[in-house]
Amino acid sequence: MPISHIMASGMTGIRAAGDLVARMEFSKNMRIGEAKEYVAKKLNVDTMDLSDEHIMRELREELDIGVITSVPGAAKGIAAKMNIEKLLDIKINSCETFRAQIA
Amino acid sequence: MVTEYALRMGDGKRVFLTREKILSEIEAGSGNAADLGEIPDLSADEIDRLAEILMMPGKAVSVEQGMEVPVTHDIGTIRLDGDQGNSGVGIPSSRLVSCMTHERAFGADTMELGHIDYSFKPVKPVVANECQAMEVCQQNMIIPLFYGAMPNMGLYYTPDGPFENPGDLMKAFKIDKAKDSMEHAAEHLTRDTVWVMQKLFASGADGVNFDTTAAAGDADMYGTLNAVKTLRALYPEMYIEMGMAGEMVLGMHGELEYDGVRLAGLWPHEQAPLAATAGANVFGPVVNTNTSKTSAWNLARAVTFIKAAVEASSIPCHVNMGMGVGGIPMLETPPVDAVTRASKAMVEIAGVDGI
Repeated sequence: MPISHIMASGMTGIRAAGDLVARMEFSKNMRIGEAKEYVAKKLNVDTMDLSDEHIMRELREELDIGVITSVPGAAKGIAAKMNIEKLLDIKINSCETFRAQIA
Repeated sequence: MVTEYALRMGDGKRVFLTREKILSEIEAGSGNAADLGEIPDLSADEIDRLAEILMMPGKAVSVEQGMEVPVTHDIGTIRLDGDQGNSGVGIPSSRLVSCMTHERAFGADTMELGHIDYSFKPVKPVVANECQAMEVCQQNMIIPLFYGAMPNMGLYYTPDGPFENPGDLMKAFKIDKAKDSMEHAAEHLTRDTVWVMQKLFASGADGVNFDTTAAAGDADMYGTLNAVKTLRALYPEMYIEMGMAGEMVLGMHGELEYDGVRLAGLWPHEQAPLAATAGANVFGPVVNTNTSKTSAWNLARAVTFIKAAVEASSIPCHVNMGMGVGGIPMLETPPVDAVTRASKAMVEIAGVDGI
């Protein structure tokens, strides 16, 4: 059932830009339109492109913010989220926790 | 010969309805929500659009390109490794594997970690284990990862908890004692959820998902709203989602208020502003499915309620669309045709910010 929703209405997470739009809804209380506009502006793409796997795959790899396949040497986990923090100009709790541990 | 379209009953059984019957079911379902919630009916255009979605020939349908929304998840990893009691599919797997599977194989926009009981109270004795699991998952995950659990205030009453069961007290006409018991339980609910989330947030959780708020009535919602308020004051950056258990808050206590609003009897469009006032980032409204009614009736009713909630809310609304809510049939394997139609209608007509 959740997969039916993802296929029917979802932004497909890191296949495209679903995680980025979700982060803006949760971190800044942005409604869907505003969140998409914000992310699209930061990525320099159209809002329509945020659900386009063809565009987002290459862009995510270029920005090093995590892709769905295991690309050797690409940022994953905390490293990818640190790049997302810079890209979206937000703080992510797990990154803050990680930084506090290595300081 | 009159053309009939394959729809579903609220229990998932296939039924065949004419266009005229579908339209009359939509009008009746929307009218029911409008009467109960004192909210506007769907407009003529919206009724036509909903009928069009329900009558689409394909088995699976989807939103128009560009209208996609983030999908959040309750129950989390228990979906894979849990038992049938949680609608889990019993695949032996670690919670890290389940989280990463959702992120990299299922295309989830967010995910959550949860305890196998999926209630806050039983997490207390094993919170260190939950923190350890959260740390490991956060090291590997990219999408927002919440800690999710149910407030489940019923666990604070005898025989499971310390306070006398208000149902038993009310049966003995001890109404004031029953109210006292609910108020004490709500205080403990607030205290426990805040304590658990302090630990989880220190372990890197992006935030919390309060799932099935108000399952034990208005005192359950009271305790949860106070927990949200406390967590927001402590952690301005914490992601907080507050999802409901049912469409209307049951007045088990009857007199509890939050921010000057009596909680008993609130409908989704009245609940959303309170979630925002308390400090939630996202609100999860619920509309229950009636198994004896058609999917046209149920979906029209759900869309009418949720559209009003989306309009009344100052924060994003991620509508609950699991088994038996949000126009989804009430069975563990809801048919794909019904799920995708409900999904599309909620985005395109109700205007939800997520699911």
